[in-house]
Order: sequence, then structure tokens, then C-alpha cells
Amino acid sequence: MVTNQSQHISQQFEKELQDIRSQVLAMGGLVEQQVQNAMEALVNGDADLARSVISGDDEINKLEVSIDEDCIQIIAKRQPTASDLRLVTGILKTITDLERIGDESVRIARMALNLSEKDRPKKNYRELSNLGNHVRGMLRDALDAFARFDVDTALRTAREDREVDAEYESILRQLITYMMEDPRAVTRVLDMMWSARSLERIGDHAHNVCEHVIYLVEGKDVRHLSVEKMEKVIKGEQD
Amino acid sequence: MTTENETKEYSTMNSQEKTAPIRVSASQARSGEAREALLMANESIKIVVNDLNLYYGNDQALKNINLQIPEKRVTAFIGPSGCGKSTLLRCFNRMNDLVDNVTITGDMLMDGQEINAPGVNVAELRRQVGMVFQKPNPFPKSIYENVAYGLRLQGVNDRSTLDKVVEKSLKGAALWDEVKDRLHESAMGMSGGQQQRLVIARAIAIEPEVILLDEPASALDPISTLKIEELINELKNDYTIVIVTHNMQQAARVSDYTAFMYMGELIEFGATDQLFTNPAKKQTEDYITGRYG
Repeated sequence: MVTNQSQHISQQFEKELQDIRSQVLAMGGLVEQQVQNAMEALVNGDADLARSVISGDDEINKLEVSIDEDCIQIIAKRQPTASDLRLVTGILKTITDLERIGDESVRIARMALNLSEKDRPKKNYRELSNLGNHVRGMLRDALDAFARFDVDTALRTAREDREVDAEYESILRQLITYMMEDPRAVTRVLDMMWSARSLERIGDHAHNVCEHVIYLVEGKDVRHLSVEKMEKVIKGEQD
Repeated sequence: MTTENETKEYSTMNSQEKTAPIRVSASQARSGEAREALLMANESIKIVVNDLNLYYGNDQALKNINLQIPEKRVTAFIGPSGCGKSTLLRCFNRMNDLVDNVTITGDMLMDGQEINAPGVNVAELRRQVGMVFQKPNPFPKSIYENVAYGLRLQGVNDRSTLDKVVEKSLKGAALWDEVKDRLHESAMGMSGGQQQRLVIARAIAIEPEVILLDEPASALDPISTLKIEELINELKNDYTIVIVTHNMQQAARVSDYTAFMYMGELIEFGATDQLFTNPAKKQTEDYITGRYG
């Protein structure tokens, strides 16, 4: 069942659902910006930008609480069913993941702040920067899939998570080599490791958002499944 | 539909008046069948409805209904006013016999017996298939006599038997504790919710197999409504229950299976849990989410 596009008889209800949807998109935009700023702060050693990311998390937290509240009001007053119910519960879960992505951005910004006071490596955090771009792309596509209720994009984006994981593994191996080569770099490399870890977690959360999109559009729960199984479930070949 | 059925229809209907039966596409029928087979895998079936059509004069009120009512489960009929859900419900104990100019084609079998067969004893059928209406309709008699009425009609007058049945039925209808000290007062002095439960007690006193509930809680306040819903939940241990309701949340709460009807057609039948979270048909989705069709 594709999510219903026809209008509710109650205009007020229609508006309430539209409002939470656009609020989620606004929250997603903010979160995406936070990830980007945190990465820029890290790569460029920009302490001011890092501080602004840390203080900017407050707004995301507030949005999470207010969207949460709106969803609860809708459940209490409208008793949504079918696609409306899936939309509301899907949003409740999506904003949790978005808020966590916000938290991971703050972690990266903290590392950026630490690293900004240290010597910069020759390669200027290129691996982290690449991973960051990859993860940010995933997040953008996941939000896009949410905005357009697009299952194909959600699936494609979910598939990306495996690439991100592989990239993360290879960065870890590289960083371990650095530490062995030059023990004086251990503190710096540990900060880099934590940043890489946060990026990998952001990828996981973006993957979760894709699962929520698939649930709210198709009504099929694809959590904890491989991408291949997800596809089968969506096509109705497997339950 | 088999040719045999079609000839049967032509024999009861003037061919010019007959509207073509609504057909489902092959793929729809297949998915519907698969779904129902899956659904009914572990249920015993109390009532089977095959290709049922019902006409009020020239107006077709039910179009090619195919449905199975599982035993000792609650099945809810939902749909907008005039969709035929009450008409269908009233077929199960032939209440439509009381309406003039009704033509019914197709089969309706309870435990394998055709309900509409000419030889059926309608009084006996209605003993097996009890009915409760939207507005409570107690008799202007005492509480006790209301419940004992059906048995007295059957010629049971033994005091101790009646006492036992009255107590058991009132307990079954979750009313005993409220009325046990005033059994011989008039039923007309009870609240609406109590009256409705009294009517249910009256219905179960004669030990029916199926209970039909036509909007049983729509005239009641929220607390009485919850009591009726609680009662329905208990009654399904012993009876097959079919309920018509306009209150979709109520259907979602009390029923195991839900049938959505629209314009005389059965649009979707499925497990209630499934139908209210992920309906298969867009018309069902539009109705339960309150959208324009």
C-alpha cells in the first residue's frame, strides 16, 4: 500500500500531519548542516565552527521534543489508522535517529576542538573527510526518501551503509598503523578514531531512517534484515 | 460464479431487472483468496456466504458477497451509512423476511445448513442466532422476567431452572452484581447501558450460537460502551459474534476480523490487526483514515 496522497475530510488533521512532516524535514536539514559543519571544523581545524556545532545541538533537541509532543497530540486526538498511523509512528522513530545524528555531530565537533590545538597531519584528515562526505550523502538521500516517500531511494541508501562500514574498517586499520609507527601521535589518532566511529554511527542512523521510510510507505517492517531480504520483503516474496 | 448459480439467479429475478454481478479481477481474487486461506487456516468456520446478492425491489443492496465468519471470534462489519452492513447482518437470522419485496440470491450456510432454505424454522433459527439492536429494547417487565422471557416462550416454567438461567445470563452479561438485589423491579428504570446489557443477557439466556450486534454501543456513554466491549470480549469464548459498528476504534478494539463494505460490496476482509495498520485496498485505507474517496 502506497502512502495515501488524497486529502482528509478533516482539514485540520490534514494540516497537523503536514506540519509534523515539514518539521521533520526542517530538523533533518539542521542535522545535515551540523554534520557538514562538524566535518569542516575537523578538517580545517576551525575551533569557532566546532563550538557553534556544539551549541547548535540545543535547537535540534528542542525540535525533537516539540515534534514528539505534536505526534502524541495527534495520537491522542485523532487516533490515526493505517498510513496515518504509520506516518506518525515512523516520524517518532525517525526523529530519534535524527537527534542521535545531532549528538554524533557534537562528538565530532569536540574532537575537532581537541585536534585544532594539535599538529595537523600531512594528509589533512583526507580519509575522514571522504568518509564524512559519504555519510552525509547517505543522510541527505535518507531525508530525500522521507520527503518524497520514495522506497527505491530508501533501499539504495540503505545499501550504502555497507560501503560506509567497509570504509570505516579500513580507516581503523590505517589509524592503528599510525599509532604503531609513531606512539607520540596516539592521542591525536584516538581522537580521529572517535570521529570515524561517530561517522560510522551516523551512517547507521541514516540506514534506520530508510527503514522507517519503507515501513511508513509499505507497511512492512524491514528492521534487522539484510538489504537483499529487505528487497524481497518489499516485493512480497518473503514475510 | 458457476453457471448453476447464474441460472439460479435468473430463476428468481426478472432478467431485465438484474444488474450484472460485480466481478473482481483475477489477480484481486487470487490475492484475496490467498489472504483468506491464510487467515482462516486455524479457524473453524461458522457461517459461509457465497455469491450473496440482495435486492430491495430493483435496488441492489448487496452485491456478490463472499465471506466466511469464523466460529467463536468477533467479526466486525464497518463501512459508511447505506453500505449494506446492517442488511448483511440481518440476513444471518432472516430479519429481512420482515421487509417486503426483498429478493436474495446466493448461499448462506450456517454449519453447512442453508439459512434461506424454504423448510427452515425461522423461530428456531433466531433462537440460534440472537440479535441485539442499537437502542436497548427491554420489555416493560421486571428484570427477571425480561431474561426469563425466552425460556418461558419455550415452555420452561420451573422456578429453580429459571432462577439458575437468569443468574447465569445476568452474570454472563456482567450485570448480576448491579441488579441482583432488584431483580423484580421494572427493567425500564435501568440506565441505557444497563438496559443494553440486560438485552444481551436476554439474548444469551436461550443459549444461542451466534450473537448479532447492530451498533450495540452507539447510544451509550463511554463507560457503558467500555463495559459492553469488555462483555463482547468475554462472550466470544462461548459464542460467535458479528458486530456492526460505525465506531472504527471500537471495531479495532473488539474484533478479531473486520470486513469493510462500501456501496453494497465487500471491499476487504482481513485480520483486524492487519486491516487497521496496513489495509490492502485503497478504499479501505481512505475510509479508515477519514479521506475523500
